[in-house]
Amino acid sequence: MASTQPAIEVRDLRKSYGELEAVRGIAFRVDRGEIYGLLGPNGAGKTSTVEILEGYRARSSGEVSVLGFDPGERTRELRARVGIVLQSSGIYSHATVLEVVAQFASFYPHPRDVDEVIELAGLGEKRADRTRTLSGGQRRRLDLALALIGDPELIFLDEPTTGFDPAARRGAWQTIRSLRELGKTVLLTTHYLDEAQELADRVAIIKGGRILAEGSPSELGVGRGSRYRVAYANGDGEPTVVETDDPTALLHELTGAALARGERLHSLSVTRPSLEDIYLELTADA
Amino acid sequence: MPSDLTLLWRQYRFERRLFWRNRSAAFFNFLLPLIFLALFGAIVHGHQNELDVIVPGIAGMSVMSTTFTALAYNLTFLREQGVLKRIRGTPLPSGVYLGGLALNAVTNTAIQIAIVVVAGRVFFNLGWPPQPLTLAVFVVAGVTAFALLGAALSHAIPSFDSAPAVVNGVFVPVILISGVFFDVKHVPGFLRNIAQALPLEPLINGLTGGLVAHHGGLAKHLTALAVIGVWAVFGAVLAVRGFSWEARRS
Repeated sequence: MASTQPAIEVRDLRKSYGELEAVRGIAFRVDRGEIYGLLGPNGAGKTSTVEILEGYRARSSGEVSVLGFDPGERTRELRARVGIVLQSSGIYSHATVLEVVAQFASFYPHPRDVDEVIELAGLGEKRADRTRTLSGGQRRRLDLALALIGDPELIFLDEPTTGFDPAARRGAWQTIRSLRELGKTVLLTTHYLDEAQELADRVAIIKGGRILAEGSPSELGVGRGSRYRVAYANGDGEPTVVETDDPTALLHELTGAALARGERLHSLSVTRPSLEDIYLELTADA
Repeated sequence: MPSDLTLLWRQYRFERRLFWRNRSAAFFNFLLPLIFLALFGAIVHGHQNELDVIVPGIAGMSVMSTTFTALAYNLTFLREQGVLKRIRGTPLPSGVYLGGLALNAVTNTAIQIAIVVVAGRVFFNLGWPPQPLTLAVFVVAGVTAFALLGAALSHAIPSFDSAPAVVNGVFVPVILISGVFFDVKHVPGFLRNIAQALPLEPLINGLTGGLVAHHGGLAKHLTALAVIGVWAVFGAVLAVRGFSWEARRS
């Protein structure tokens, strides 16, 4: 029964701060074992949405269910079953990595093995060091270790790689993918397209407190009537771009005409719009 | 799920361990009252009347600095660093977490009061506290009121950078007018009236009863106890109402 229930279900969620409507009727569901990405520019309403799901904020209206619980009630049982990685959060600076992880383990009814989690987060060599000696990337890995120590079913990752260098990002992505292998559900917010494309099974693009598009990263590329783009250089070497819903027919026509004239089509390419194109199109200010 | 009491005990022990690890904080916490006692002991050497004022004064200051000052700093720091928010996302009950912080502070109070009592006996000819019950009641009342007021003050501190200015801006004038270093009867009337309406002067008043012979038992200090009680209620209301788990966004 529990496994058929979605991990997260949101219906017509709204959140206002005084006059400002940060979230204006959002709906989505995240299935168990899925990595779901909320993608959008800063101020889109991502963090408000996630913080309502995490139980940090009260919603103005709408229905929200997280693992079958209303997060607004801040049930202890729910908090024992989710792990949260916030954008930035401090930790006991005089304690060692091992001490902090062990202390957090004691909060949970069925924690994972402390050493195992430290290894999983890639902090094995730092276990006896004080947390204030950690680098920025190591600190984020400690955040992840603290989110995983309670063996949560669902993990919230808010901008997990902001401020990382490229190598650290790759490492973090690898860790996040390993969460999927553990059968965890992940709700990820990011403003990096490549991150959403790399990690998420499905993505919702948010802007202005609304979901503008939703689907798998590849679906978002082809769905919604979006077009193929055929680019080539004609006989004069002039670059030409044509958009079409039917690239087969267009190519047949173009190549036929070129052959008839005895020309070659230089630099011929057929591309589908990437998630990036969709994102830029959707989030562009009118 | 571990019981709340087990969690509280673990959290308390963790806070204690980290407290001792921060050497400079631990050093100042325990050496400062001793330095004050030594200095004033030297200044008023041989004047028992003045020693009878200084020792309870330093005891009162110790209660205020270990609870009010320490919690106003700590809660601001923990809030601005995001520690409070992180803890709030775990199954650790908020009350247990805050209880651990408060018990940690109260432990420091107990240690400092013990230092003052022993120093009073050994160096200042005060003997053991003649009214231990009065001493205990006022320490408990003072700790409660000042811990709550410290938590309340942290809500008014917008960032950790501004914490020393705000906290000392309250702490220093209050210890000066409340008769920590001299008998409050030497203070001008209007200031004395203010001091008597604030919680520290009544606390020192009651501690004097507990620590110095012939200053009366609990019954003689009930008004002082009532004033502290009113401040405790006031502090509780403000501490709960303004509580924020998150860093201020400006």
